Amino acid sequence: MPNMRETFLATAEEIIHSDPDTAIVLADISAAQLAEAARRHPDRVINVGIREQLLVSTGAGLALAGLRPIVHTFNAFLVERAFEQIKLDLSHQELGAVLVSYGASYDMPMEGRTHQAPGDVALIDTLPGWFVHVPGHPEEARRLLLDSVPGDSRTYLRLSAQQNAAPHLGVGMQRIRSGSRGVVIAVGPMLDRVLEAAEGMDVTVLYTSTVRPFDAEGLRAAMPEVADVALVEPYLRGTSAHQVSDALAERPHRLRSLGTRRDTEVRIYGKLADHDLAHGLDSGSIALSLKEFFTS
Amino acid sequence: MTVTTNTPGYADLPRLISLMTGDDKHHAAAESTVDVLWVLFDRILRISPQAARDPARDRFLLSKGHGPMAYYAILAAKGWLDEEELAGWSSARSRLGHHPDRIRVPGVEISSGSLGHGLPIAVGTALGLRARRFRSRVVTLVGDAELDEGSNSEAIVVAARLGLDRLTTVVVDNQSSTHGWPGGIARRFETEGWAARTVSGRDHEALYEAFTRPHPGQPLAVVAVVEPKGAH
Repeated sequence: MPNMRETFLATAEEIIHSDPDTAIVLADISAAQLAEAARRHPDRVINVGIREQLLVSTGAGLALAGLRPIVHTFNAFLVERAFEQIKLDLSHQELGAVLVSYGASYDMPMEGRTHQAPGDVALIDTLPGWFVHVPGHPEEARRLLLDSVPGDSRTYLRLSAQQNAAPHLGVGMQRIRSGSRGVVIAVGPMLDRVLEAAEGMDVTVLYTSTVRPFDAEGLRAAMPEVADVALVEPYLRGTSAHQVSDALAERPHRLRSLGTRRDTEVRIYGKLADHDLAHGLDSGSIALSLKEFFTS
Repeated sequence: MTVTTNTPGYADLPRLISLMTGDDKHHAAAESTVDVLWVLFDRILRISPQAARDPARDRFLLSKGHGPMAYYAILAAKGWLDEEELAGWSSARSRLGHHPDRIRVPGVEISSGSLGHGLPIAVGTALGLRARRFRSRVVTLVGDAELDEGSNSEAIVVAARLGLDRLTTVVVDNQSSTHGWPGGIARRFETEGWAARTVSGRDHEALYEAFTRPHPGQPLAVVAVVEPKGAH
């Protein structure tokens, strides 16, 4: 089965073929895979080379001319390197674009820190009005992309090499299992390992592939008597903690946030599993965290 | 000076600018961009308040957003703004700030302030208009010191390689770049494949000629030289 990135590229190609008001902007990454689309639609499949500032600004300019841009590269370069362009050329100008990244927090573990951007969602979160999708399965990535192209939203679609066994195509907080001791929120690729970690625990597990806007109503509706929430996100620890706090502001609650570490830079290469372990995001570490939190 | 005509002209600009500066003796030439802007708005760009949303309109992207008094004065002279609102500019009640905001000010195509954004956005706009088969012209105004920002270099290369012949960059050169441009600014554009012309930024006929002489297959750079910064 194709992975998220391959699924995205195939879907983007379909969109470009079928919708003459769309465009794709690239900065070399994935350009080879879209070469045929670029040959057929040279005006709307644009590779600016290794120029990420121009990548985002070109997307903004295309939107200004009335096109719907899909802007794609690795998240370290798309969100971090070009952040001022995202802030000013898209947000401040009130121009729409669908930003699609690949790389997640450590999808290219052997490449090192330069190719890791666990702070990308937190950065986008400093800007109002963005949709942020963190699919957990290639089919979710495809659906979220197809749903994002109509209109003129500012959308960030964060693809990953990590995924769950099955897609969950619902909207907002989706209840995967029910329990009475509290709620675990699993974001995107975290679901399967959260389910494994919560095996035998009396907790509700909610799944979401959309973190902005945050489904506060869905969280409140799913909350059992005990308002204990464990939030498991595949990027910077606590990125959505303020959303959970706001959602539960009217009642006493406890919150444990899991995600990539804030206290240190994980300066290792290795495999995905090595990084999962280093950040406490493997199922064993998550299980320990959940047991500690829900039994304390 | 009293001008009572319904269609203000170049001669009205000092008065309009003075509404913002509060300086009776202010003369238009104190604004480095005023002559370039006037020639563009008066004779080059196919834009008007009546066709502000026409998808085929020309686009003017002011990248050097600081010191926008001449810009606001010309927007008022050309009917986008009521000159009544110039005097209160930059107050909390005004939509006219020290950097223009496209969401608030009619006729303003991009919000600017942080340097090095207008030309890259203009590249995208020119690409988009070409994809939509419009022949609209896209003109962006930058300062010579603004070219210090590396984002411009990214855009200069790509605009030429992709043959954006409807794109014009006008560089208002008041020699304020800290490290300068040996060999001249025009050469930087020419090296990448632009047509480049250097003229006096005060000479309306020379500016008009520079903006209108054909440059097939190439984007156009017009370097408009004005007095060095601080010379007034």
